[in-house]
Amino acid sequence: MEHLTHDILVVGGGAAGLRAGIAAVERSPKLSVAIVSKVYPMRSHTVSAEGGMAAVTREYDSLDSHAYDTIKGSDFLADQDSVEYFVKQAPHEAVQLEHWGCPFSRDPDGRISVRAFGGMSVKRTLFATDKIGFHLLHTLFQTSLKYDRIHRYDEWFVTSLLTNANRVEGVTAIDIRTGELFTILAKAVIIATGGCGRVFQFTTNGWIKTGDGMALAYRAGVPLKDMEMVQYHPTLLPNTGILITEAARGEGGYLINKDGERFMKRYVPGKMELGPRDIISRSELTEIKEGRGFEGRYGSYVELDLRHLGEKKIEEKLPFVKELAEKYVGIDPAHDPIPVRPGQHYQMGGVHTNIEGFTGLGGLYAAGEAACVSMNGANRLGSNSLTECLVYGAVAGETVADYVAKQPTPSFGNPVQGLAMTEETRIYDGLLKHENGERTSTIRIDMQKGMEEHVGIFRDENSLREGCRIIEDLKKRMTNSTVDDKDRVFNTDLVSALELDFMLDCAEAITYSARARTESRGAHSRIDYPKRDDTSFLKHTLAYRNPNGPRMEYLPVTITRWKPEERVY
Amino acid sequence: METDTATIRVARYRPEKSEKPYFQEYKVPYRKDTVVLDALNQVKAEQDGTLAYRWSCRMGVCGSCGANVNGVPKLTCATFLHEFKGKSLTIEPLANFPVIKDLVVNIDDFMEKLLKVKPWIIRDKQSPPEEGEYKQSGKELDRYAQFSSCINCLLCYAACPIYGLNEDFLGPAATALAYRYIADSRDQGKKARFPIVHDLEGVWECTLIGECSVVCPKGVDPMLAIQKTKILGAMEAPKTMLSPETLKAILPRGGE
Ligand SMILES: Cc1cc2nc3c(=O)[nH]c(=O)nc-3n(C[C@H](O)[C@H](O)[C@H](O)COP(=O)(O)OP(=O)(O)OC[C@H]3O[C@@H](n4cnc5c(N)ncnc54)[C@H](O)[C@@H]3O)c2cc1C
Ligand code: FES
Repeated sequence: MEHLTHDILVVGGGAAGLRAGIAAVERSPKLSVAIVSKVYPMRSHTVSAEGGMAAVTREYDSLDSHAYDTIKGSDFLADQDSVEYFVKQAPHEAVQLEHWGCPFSRDPDGRISVRAFGGMSVKRTLFATDKIGFHLLHTLFQTSLKYDRIHRYDEWFVTSLLTNANRVEGVTAIDIRTGELFTILAKAVIIATGGCGRVFQFTTNGWIKTGDGMALAYRAGVPLKDMEMVQYHPTLLPNTGILITEAARGEGGYLINKDGERFMKRYVPGKMELGPRDIISRSELTEIKEGRGFEGRYGSYVELDLRHLGEKKIEEKLPFVKELAEKYVGIDPAHDPIPVRPGQHYQMGGVHTNIEGFTGLGGLYAAGEAACVSMNGANRLGSNSLTECLVYGAVAGETVADYVAKQPTPSFGNPVQGLAMTEETRIYDGLLKHENGERTSTIRIDMQKGMEEHVGIFRDENSLREGCRIIEDLKKRMTNSTVDDKDRVFNTDLVSALELDFMLDCAEAITYSARARTESRGAHSRIDYPKRDDTSFLKHTLAYRNPNGPRMEYLPVTITRWKPEERVY
Repeated sequence: METDTATIRVARYRPEKSEKPYFQEYKVPYRKDTVVLDALNQVKAEQDGTLAYRWSCRMGVCGSCGANVNGVPKLTCATFLHEFKGKSLTIEPLANFPVIKDLVVNIDDFMEKLLKVKPWIIRDKQSPPEEGEYKQSGKELDRYAQFSSCINCLLCYAACPIYGLNEDFLGPAATALAYRYIADSRDQGKKARFPIVHDLEGVWECTLIGECSVVCPKGVDPMLAIQKTKILGAMEAPKTMLSPETLKAILPRGGE
């Protein structure tokens, strides 16, 4: 097997991975950095973010206010040192992105415009119409092109981490175009592989969001933290799961039930449609359960009404919402309300890291949605995530650049070489050649249905026990699965099977962690334990991989200045 | 919403099996809101896992899922099956690109062209972020905004007859992106990009047929970018050609 060598290897070419790569080469003038991505970086799912990115940039705002909003939004599960560092660095990262060319929307005085967002007490979300993710991603990607020490492996799929004693020394990766497996050695690896939303059936996440990096770390013995904290966004198009951005409400949109009522007045009268996502999603389901929803072909829904904003404002501030509603629902939001229902959107949990992005396993770092640096706790505030990718992507890149300066280059000997050969056998002699097993698509569909039904917005012991059983059963079925495509070249059937195998690990961590947390906090809502329980659960869940279901450990929450209090809006 | 059945004809190319491309037909269920990509996904999940194509976002923004649908370059996630009711429906890889497998094309050429136009902000002096953002007026933003909306889906290259004849032609998306930076008030890299866009294979190859602007799913008008670049070039060329700065700029990757 051929092997390649770099100082630093970043897995992922989305916001976090690109930012980490740029930070590393800027930090140190000699390093060779590889960015490996299973899709061309500009296709990464960061591209789909719509609403904006939060940072304190106005006189009327303060870092403390941004920190407090984030911590309260997290239902006090965020580590406050992590949040404090985040809010402090956020303005720097936002301006840096602007300097790199991001086409932000502007106020008449030429400054970057800001808009209101859920759970933020003032307008602090910077935006580029309603396509911030697209612009941010293309800006970072295009900027990354000017550094010739960033080597890209586009459409390469990482299948495993190679570890030697307590240290990561590289990865195995398939060059999808040829189907050949390579070893890429590196002194340090940064996981920036994004979320795992495709574990669920109804999600805003793209096809590629399969939690690969979370599973890679989990398999290497690193714990996954707070995986039960899954964010359900309140406004998805009922058929496709396409997101209608929170910016629609930030710009003044209403949520209405079938009686034409702005029902949020019953749940968070102080914030109305700009309450945090966990509360709004639950409120929608309550409206539906109590008979005040609309009935449609794709189940019950509520409506997002933008009519009063008028054509001009919609055109100017929300052109993508208009495009999506017209194209995929056949309505013009200036004249008709948009049908919406809640669905999976974001994974607060992820690879456990400290504030420097370090996972605890030598040489292994993580950033972005794949990581859990614990700044989102039990509920992320909209528009904090992209900024998190930049802030903690940069931290990871810089920390690793310093770290590798003192590390020897790994050599292609054992145990790494042996592990790589085993991986080759597992994939090409095992998975690819296996005949007459179950097709992977049926396993995937059953997983997504199972998670949707049993690990959704409202959970209880019975549903979660069933969820755990289903996942264990699916894992067994997975060992007897078959891919149709037996070719090497661009085998998307094989890649999907490997992704499914990763997703099953994520689904397992989510479900078991949810079952063990017998309280309700943020997005984790247990009907059988409806109250937050700070005495027993003001702590992070750490799920360690184990053959018979994960082993749970817990870690205290870091509290600096804000004592946990009841979360009322 | 009623469910109908359509027959789709998909171009297959599996180099490990045979050097010859062929067509394969599949029957797929569809409703009014089914897109071509849904049909491909239905085939892949329930009928034939060997079919290869790219996709991710299913909302017309990642730029992965382009294909020629009845000969016209389209995003398959934004093209509805019912539009073809009663007609045959043929799905082929984007024209003008080498095919890797089935609907997956090789876009190396575009990736090189993108790099060539230096798609990043070039300034004589960078201010530190602590000094705040570079101010930009709405008018200044408007000058380049539409050209920054390119999702790199490459439908424009598949539609471009000139690119079909001469693959060295810089082409629509790369020129639109070059112009996106040239027209950005924060950028000072016009001179560095001029030798590239005004090269023999640059904008002057374009005969303004305009198919690129017709097929763009994001309302970008690459032909307009090409025209504007031509006009700028005609005005500036005598000043910039072969100056030491120009020479320096044509060296690959002067960026760092
Ligand atoms: C529809 C939508 C709208 C959103 N809107 C907002 C918003 O307005 N504001 C906000 O702050 N946040 C928003 N978010 C959340 C935010 O966009 C994401 O959390 C963030 O973009 C994640 O970035 P990332 O870099 O961590 O991961 P991604 O962008 O998902 O990138 C992951 C990368 O990892 C690579 N990768 C994965 N697995 C492998 C593997 N096995 N081998 C090789 N490479 C691999 C992929 O190719 C990709 O390059 C939104 C999310 C969605 C889905
Ligand atoms: S799947 Fe992303 S543009 Fe079609």
